[in-house]
Amino acid sequence: MTDRPMVRFEKVSKRYGPLTVLDSLELDIARNEKVAIIGPSGSGKTTVLRMLMTLEAIDDGVIWVEGEPLTHMERNGKLIPADRAHIRKIRAKIGMVFQSFNLFPHMTAMANCIEAPITVLGMSRKEAEERAAGLLEMVGLSQKKEHYPAQLSGGQQQRVAIARALAMRPKIMLFDEVTSALDPELVGEVLQVIRRLGSEHDLTMLMVTHQMGFAKEFADRVCFFSQGKICEQGPPKAFFGNPQNERTKQFLHAVLEAG
Amino acid sequence: MGIRTLIVMLVASILLIAYLATRDTYSLFLPGLLQGAVLTAEITVLGCLLAVAMAVLSALGKLYGPAPLRWLANLYIEIFRGTSALVQLFWLFFVLPQFGVSLEPFAVAVLGLGLNIGAYGAECVRGAIQSVARGQWEAATALNMTRLQMLRRIILPQAFVAMIPPWGNLFIELLKSTALVSLITLSDLAFKAQQMNQTTMKTIPIFTLVLLIYLVLSLLITIGMRLLEQRAAKGLARGRTA
Repeated sequence: MTDRPMVRFEKVSKRYGPLTVLDSLELDIARNEKVAIIGPSGSGKTTVLRMLMTLEAIDDGVIWVEGEPLTHMERNGKLIPADRAHIRKIRAKIGMVFQSFNLFPHMTAMANCIEAPITVLGMSRKEAEERAAGLLEMVGLSQKKEHYPAQLSGGQQQRVAIARALAMRPKIMLFDEVTSALDPELVGEVLQVIRRLGSEHDLTMLMVTHQMGFAKEFADRVCFFSQGKICEQGPPKAFFGNPQNERTKQFLHAVLEAG
Repeated sequence: MGIRTLIVMLVASILLIAYLATRDTYSLFLPGLLQGAVLTAEITVLGCLLAVAMAVLSALGKLYGPAPLRWLANLYIEIFRGTSALVQLFWLFFVLPQFGVSLEPFAVAVLGLGLNIGAYGAECVRGAIQSVARGQWEAATALNMTRLQMLRRIILPQAFVAMIPPWGNLFIELLKSTALVSLITLSDLAFKAQQMNQTTMKTIPIFTLVLLIYLVLSLLITIGMRLLEQRAAKGLARGRTA
C-alpha cells in the first residue's frame, strides 16, 4: 500500500478549557513529503507537531502513522485510547527538533547522540558511537564531539539536536521553529543541514517555520494555519505567488513587510 | 563561604582541640568525648543514608506513583515532618515494644533520625526534580525513552545538582539532632558531656571541647557537600540550556 499516507490527522481536535486550539483537523502527509506549516502565533501550528510527537494528548479524532493509529489501538475491531506500550511502538517512527534545542546539558554532544540508541534501541556502545560520529560529521560538528552543550553556540546546539534525533532513525522528522531562538547569523547553518537531510535521506518532514524564504524553496507543500484550522494550502509556488484566502494574503503581507 | 575558608576553619578547629589536649584540665575529658563523637558520627552517617533513600523513594512515589503509593508517601512525609524528632524516637523506643517490637537503641536512633530528616528531604528532592526544565522531558519523550529511563538518565542527574545544597543543611540538622539519642540510653557526644559535667562540674573545658568537636563534624559535612557540588556541576553549571 504505497498510497497510504505517512501521517493522517483524522478530525483531530485539541482544546484547552474553553479555548479550541485545533478544530477537527484533517491533514494527510505523503511519504517523503516536506510540509511547511506557517501561521500567526496561537493558530495551533506548533500544537500539530506536539500532538504527533505525543507531547500533547488529543481531545477528539485519531492520528494515524503509516496506516496504524498512534493515539489509539484496535481492540475487537474498535479503536480505544492507546496505552503507553502502543504509543512507544508507533512513536519510534517519529523524531523531533525543538525551538529551544533541549539538549541534555549534563552530556557531551556525542553522549547526547548515543544515549537513546543505547538505552531505547539497545544498541551496543560501539555501534551507537559509529552512527553518532557519522551524523555529527554530517551536521559539521566532528570537532565538537566532546563538547558540552553550554560550550556550543546556538546553531551548533541545534545541529547536535538534529543529529540526536536522526540517531534514532525516524521516518518522520518534526521541526518546531528550529531557528527562532538563534541569532540571525546562525540560522543559515541550521537550514543548510535541513536542506541536506531533505535531499539525502528518505524522510517525511513537517516543519513549523517563520522562514518564508526557506519554506518556499524547500517545502513540497505549505499549510497556512489560522484559528485552529488550515486556512489555505498548496505548493509553495501557488501559495506564495497567488494566495486565495483573505487571511493568507493579510498574513503574507504582514510577514513580508517585516522583512 | 569559599571552600578554602571552610578548610582553614576545619584545620584551625582541629589544631585548637589538639592544643587544648595538651593541657591537663582538658586532656582528662578528650578520650571520653571522642568515644561519644564516634557514636555520634556513626549515627549521623547511617541516618543520612537512610534519609536519602527515604527521601528519593517518597518523592518519586509522591510525584509518579499510583494513588496508594502517593497516599503512603504523603502520609509518611506529613507525619514525620509534622511531629518532633524526640517524640518519634520515644515512640520507636518506648511505645513499639508495647506492641511486641523491640529495637536496639542504636537502630532506633538511626531509624528515627533517618526517617525524620528523610521526610524533609523528600520535599527537597521533589522540588529539584520539578525544577528540571520541561523541555528535558519532552526531548526524552521524543527519543522514545520510557518514564524510568528518562528519570534515571536525564532528570535525576540534573536534579541531583540542585539537591546538594539543601541536603548539606539537612545532614547538619541530622548531626545536631543526634544529641537527642542520649535520651534513649545511648552514650553519644552530648550524653558523655553531660555525664562528665555532672560528675566533675568542669563546665568550661567540657563544653568547649564538645562545641569544637561538633563544629569539626559539621565542617566535614559542609566541605564534603561543597566538593560534591563542584564535581556534579561540572559540565552543567556552565549555563544550562533553556
